Amino acid sequence: MVDIASLSTSPEALRRDGAGPSGPKPRHVLSRRNIFLYGTLVVVALYYLLPLYVMIVTSLKGMPEIRLGNIFSPPMEITFEPWVKAWATACTGLNCDGLSRGFWNSVRITVPSVILSIAIASVNGYALANWRFKGADSFFIILIVGAFIPYQVMIYPIVIILREIGIYGTLTGLVIVHSIFGMPILTLLFRNYFTSMPEELFRAARVDGAGFWGIYLRIMLPMSLPIFVVAIILQVTGIWNDFLFGVVYTRPDTYPMTVQLNNIVNSVQGVKEYNVNMAATILTGLVPLIVYFISGKLFVRGIAAGAVKG
Amino acid sequence: MSSSQRPNQLFRNLNAKVASIPMILTALVVFVGGTAWTVLYSFTNSKLLPRLTFVGLDQYHRLWATPRWLVSIENLLIYGVISLVFSLVIGFILAALLDQKIRFEDTFRTIFLYPFALSFIVTGLVWQWLLNPDFGIQRVVRDLGWTSFSFDPLYNSSIVIYGISIAALWQGTGLVMCLMLAGLRGIDEDIWKAARVDGIPMWKTYLFIVIPMMRPVFITTLVIIAAGIVKVYDLVVAQTSGGPGIASEVPAKYVYDYMFFAQNLGQGFAASTMMLLSVVIVIVPWAYLEFGGRKRG
Repeated sequence: MVDIASLSTSPEALRRDGAGPSGPKPRHVLSRRNIFLYGTLVVVALYYLLPLYVMIVTSLKGMPEIRLGNIFSPPMEITFEPWVKAWATACTGLNCDGLSRGFWNSVRITVPSVILSIAIASVNGYALANWRFKGADSFFIILIVGAFIPYQVMIYPIVIILREIGIYGTLTGLVIVHSIFGMPILTLLFRNYFTSMPEELFRAARVDGAGFWGIYLRIMLPMSLPIFVVAIILQVTGIWNDFLFGVVYTRPDTYPMTVQLNNIVNSVQGVKEYNVNMAATILTGLVPLIVYFISGKLFVRGIAAGAVKG
Repeated sequence: MSSSQRPNQLFRNLNAKVASIPMILTALVVFVGGTAWTVLYSFTNSKLLPRLTFVGLDQYHRLWATPRWLVSIENLLIYGVISLVFSLVIGFILAALLDQKIRFEDTFRTIFLYPFALSFIVTGLVWQWLLNPDFGIQRVVRDLGWTSFSFDPLYNSSIVIYGISIAALWQGTGLVMCLMLAGLRGIDEDIWKAARVDGIPMWKTYLFIVIPMMRPVFITTLVIIAAGIVKVYDLVVAQTSGGPGIASEVPAKYVYDYMFFAQNLGQGFAASTMMLLSVVIVIVPWAYLEFGGRKRG
């Protein structure tokens, strides 16, 4: 597989666990070392889980109970009303149809953005790996260096470009923006993957008369499904969690979920309903969390790939 | 591909060139063009609309005379140092603990990393709730009997940036841990054996042998954290909206507010150019160290 892939669970690490007579070191289950080791890990794990626990517990309480009790105590009377309210009737500005609007906006942003950005980047990576032309590498280097430029520097020129084309404030515009800013990391990901594939494969297909698109669609695409899954994980969580682009390039009725969530929770008018806020917060975090827990090791591979240059 | 007749030089490999159009446009128009445009207009007095009336360095003089910008920079420095130091130290320690051939490694790793899947908005809102002085941690401790206990970082302008850092560390340390763990797994087992044979205590092995060997991993992690620090925006918006007052403002928020609310584009451009400059200061030495010495052929 890719060299990136070996980062998370390298063969050495796996081999090391099983093999090797590591000497007659008697292992007491309750040695001081183990108590310290597992004790520390458990305490830290509890700390990491605490916010999630508090979120869930708070969202299941009624407001009177929140005012009286403490945030760590489990609910005495479980109510799902905050969840219903957060989803269907919480207000942002004039709209009172809850987070559901933001949820569907986010779906309508995320799905096309993920497809478009991955389609563009995979073809780019393929061209860079197998069909190099003069100057291709220079563009690629600009692309990678560009990934480090703060978004704030490019926000306004993009506003102007989108306004000129006439799609500023629309979901189409936001989809294009996500595709642009997803390009560096995804192109890198695909380029490295395709480069690591055996050259003979490509040559054989060339000899058989397959062209640029033929090789891509019939050979490269079916053989690189794992990297597509990694890219999808990376993009779904990244785009779903985006706030800045959502707030800059959409209008209130097309705000993605994160922006709407922030507006619901941090709105100044009205009585604060902490249980509704927490239910809304969980709802927004649910999609990436589900992706995370389902994908498991692939998620780790994705962020390692996103983080470590090939 | 030996059919190299002169006239079709441009059309050679045409499909690949067509397929690369999005990349070329992104690289040239958005990244190079957009950046140059912003830098150019930072020298103008653009207000509501961008206009090419040059005023030299006026915007920058005004920027560095604005208290809000100075607070933003100071916050960014504090936040940056805390993020760098603590996420590296905690991330490395957690990775080292997980690397002790323990049971339930996957479970622990899943727990430490899950906050990273959440957005900064969600992170900020959860910690806003936990740090709420009326209902959160402060209240719980007071209810236990310690009535003078005070822990309200989000409402105390002198420590608010630390409250934000707590949330950021909760969210981001898992990533550092994962990168460090990958680095530790790359260390040859023989090194450990040799150290054990020589009777070197474990902490010394880590400090003087393993960490120096993991230098590339540390540098990569450092660059990733640093690039993230400069961009910090959503977390502050969600947790404090820059308050109390202007106590938790950050540069990215300054840029956004001046561009889209204060209708003072020139200030926004100048501030974003300063952000770019700070990234350049971080990235260029790293790129030089990383690629400068051995240029690949």
